[in-house]
Amino acid sequence: MTLPSTSGTTPADTFPRLLIRNAAAFADRPAFREKEYGIWRTYTWRQVLDETRAFAAGLSSLGFARGDKLVIVGDNRPRLYWAMNAAQMLGGIPVPVYQDAAAPEMAYVVGHAEARFALAEDQEQIDKLLEIRGQVPALHTLIYDDPRGLRDYEGLLSWEQVQKNGRGRLANDPTFLDAEIGKGKSQDPSVILYTSGTTGRPKGVVLTYDNLRRSAENAARFEGLNEHDELLCYLPMAWAGDHIFSYAQSLVAGFTVNCPESAATVQTDLREIGPTYYFAPPRILENLITSVMIRMEDAGALKRRMFAYFMGLARRVGADLLDGRPVSLADRLLYRLGDILVYGPLKNTLGLSRVRVAYTAGEAVGPDIFNFYRSLGINMKQLYGQTESSVFVTIHPNRDVRLETVGKVAPEVELRIADNGEVLFRGPGVFHEYYKNPEATAETKTPDGWVHSGDAGFIDADGHLHIIDRAKDVGRLTDGTLFAPKYIENKLKFFPHINEAVAFGDRRDFVTALINVDPVAAGDWAERHNIAYGSYQELAARPEIYDLITEQVAQVNRDLARDPQMAGAQIRRFLILPKMLDADDGELTRTRKVRRSFIAERYAPLIAALYGGQTSVHIRTEVTFEDGRKGMVEGEVTIRDMDTTPVAAARKAA
Amino acid sequence: MARASHAGTDVLLSVENISLSFGGVKALTDISFDIRKGEIRAIIGPNGAGKSSMLNCINGFYHPQEGRITYKGVTRRQMRPHEAAEQGIARTFQNIALFKGMSTLDNIMTGRNLRMKTGLLAQALHWGPARREEVEHRAFVERIIDFLEIQHIRKVPVGRLPYGLQKRVELGRALAAEPDLLLLDEPMAGMNLEEKQDMCRFVLDVNEQFGTTICLIEHDMGVVMDISDRVVVLDYGKKIGDGTPDVVKANPDVIAAYLGTSH
Repeated sequence: MTLPSTSGTTPADTFPRLLIRNAAAFADRPAFREKEYGIWRTYTWRQVLDETRAFAAGLSSLGFARGDKLVIVGDNRPRLYWAMNAAQMLGGIPVPVYQDAAAPEMAYVVGHAEARFALAEDQEQIDKLLEIRGQVPALHTLIYDDPRGLRDYEGLLSWEQVQKNGRGRLANDPTFLDAEIGKGKSQDPSVILYTSGTTGRPKGVVLTYDNLRRSAENAARFEGLNEHDELLCYLPMAWAGDHIFSYAQSLVAGFTVNCPESAATVQTDLREIGPTYYFAPPRILENLITSVMIRMEDAGALKRRMFAYFMGLARRVGADLLDGRPVSLADRLLYRLGDILVYGPLKNTLGLSRVRVAYTAGEAVGPDIFNFYRSLGINMKQLYGQTESSVFVTIHPNRDVRLETVGKVAPEVELRIADNGEVLFRGPGVFHEYYKNPEATAETKTPDGWVHSGDAGFIDADGHLHIIDRAKDVGRLTDGTLFAPKYIENKLKFFPHINEAVAFGDRRDFVTALINVDPVAAGDWAERHNIAYGSYQELAARPEIYDLITEQVAQVNRDLARDPQMAGAQIRRFLILPKMLDADDGELTRTRKVRRSFIAERYAPLIAALYGGQTSVHIRTEVTFEDGRKGMVEGEVTIRDMDTTPVAAARKAA
Repeated sequence: MARASHAGTDVLLSVENISLSFGGVKALTDISFDIRKGEIRAIIGPNGAGKSSMLNCINGFYHPQEGRITYKGVTRRQMRPHEAAEQGIARTFQNIALFKGMSTLDNIMTGRNLRMKTGLLAQALHWGPARREEVEHRAFVERIIDFLEIQHIRKVPVGRLPYGLQKRVELGRALAAEPDLLLLDEPMAGMNLEEKQDMCRFVLDVNEQFGTTICLIEHDMGVVMDISDRVVVLDYGKKIGDGTPDVVKANPDVIAAYLGTSH
């Protein structure tokens, strides 16, 4: 990495000081871009420092003091990132909040963080903050970015007003802000990120400048990130990943962060920017492929055949070429041709032509999905980490990427497996504490710095980490067979027609599953087979859809039967849910992980029927619409019995 | 938050004793009402009450046999639609009337047509002042696209869009003309609840941010009562009620018309 050495006497070890360093070192290079009114607007490092200082000074004039929290809520906008740095300049702590959080969730976080100040992107967020104001009386200053629709509101401040006051203050007293920045220490808390845990109240993870900076630096060096890299930020700012990629690493390595025009335009914006550094959760990678495949099916016969031929070639040799393994000359030449005819244009359409480093993480990624990107020559890798570790615990090294693992230990991180199979880690990124929750801190972090990840896994002979499931979710059937629900669910979810699955089996006689079909993929399949349906509920209940899913469950059972340890955990019975599992109904977390125990409780009658032997069951359940109102879903749900594959037969077939 | 009214007291448009008939069918009989500057004025009534005919009279598409229309202080008997457009009246239609094969952006650009000063030839050559002018208009249209949150469909042919979005594009095209008076013919018809809520917010925001006077026809009573400042009620071509939503709601004739008493 070609980072200039620190100027002056104070090391650039806090984010405000890193911003000052970048404004000097990279000056007129782009720090942020934002698409607005159809045009990409660029902000240089120098401009960003100027804007941030003005906002910081304005905040200070409003009484923002050291240790104050600034709640930040909205989509990825440059100003919201600058505000984080502004708060840090004054010794304050930014608290980004998930923008799709409902008012009660937001009230808990704002109240728990004891925040007095909040910056909201727009009217939608301001409305929520005003709604919770009664419950969190400490919150007194609300600032907004986008004035649209807020003309008749009283008692709010606009970003511009705050900056105007700030510039006035800086003109009168040009040194006070530098003095404040100078007071910051690298061991100070830099941010509080609330985790959307699968159980209980969110916990506020306090990360220090050292945690984030060192973790970000190590990974940036590992991947060779520099000021010429480009990133598109489109994942929630409250998520640790975005905080590391779009904030900490951008400041550390000096690369450009691009903010999309709106959540709906991400795909177009991705294509226009052509990032070199890219992160996407498996769900998004999968959606991208689905959209490509659907469009491919509408193409002409010649194009379809060309696509099928070259994708077959890519599957065979693409990943080998990427990893530098030997490939025959004929295949190399054919792959070149494929690059001109198929891979190149496809990567361009996906916006991934220039990607040097692409990560996926969060959930297990399907082999078809992962291999699709790698076979096109995209350096797609997995990483493993948590908010508590400042993200990086393990990363796939270049040229040593294996689908079934989450990579090797990241620089300066130590890894060990506890006796119960739980993964423990220790390193510079390990969080300071859970805010105002010493019991939880003590439970998770040992006095000598080891963190209980809560995940069950093992390290193989080559030093790669494998994650099987959440440690607490791994159970056993009544006959003692190992039951790892996520392992089974992931196998199901690898089929494009299955959107979500929840498996049950712990302390039961056999394994059953609740399945959500994918409205796009299954809907498209139904359309192609001339199957009429009026709603998601109707689609999910169609016998043809049941037949389709039965086939896929049977395939999963065959897979499971190959592994003697898992063979007993084949799915015996399943049903298709008439509604999508949804975070608004509390069934998924905000990062879209299933909340198993909540679902078990809510759909108790369905699960009872799965184990009771009925062939159908009546369901009546509540759905929450996007605007927060409630409705009812009611109907009969069919249950299907499955044949299981005997272990011996599966071995023979394999 | 409660909606603060932006209505003034100046009358922007007044309709006096309008009667319109097609052969022996009387569409409108002796209708009088006014629209004040900055207000949201709703016209409601059962099917066939003459609501769309009323809008068509206002923007000059129909020519009433009797009565007068005064707009911005000028009284007229007859006006053609393009004259109405030139004087700052824009409208959307009950059945969407967009260019299906053109993109959202191009459709909205057509709304700027009246404001373009350079000639056809210069525009076709995209040269000199025509080019500068197009850039200015594009910037204006981009503000509308941002305002209506339709960035993601900027380049999509309108015919491929779902109904709710087409309605939004149509509103965008009407806004592109920077109208003083915006006529909306059933802007929420056929929409689901979420689309309706979005559209309500856009209508209110247009009124608030641009100060545009809005006259709308709508069937959804909840919507009408929520967003309008004043409501005029038609039934069988006659005016049976006029006033604030609360007044209209309490009017026994209106209740009768909506509950379907025999005439």
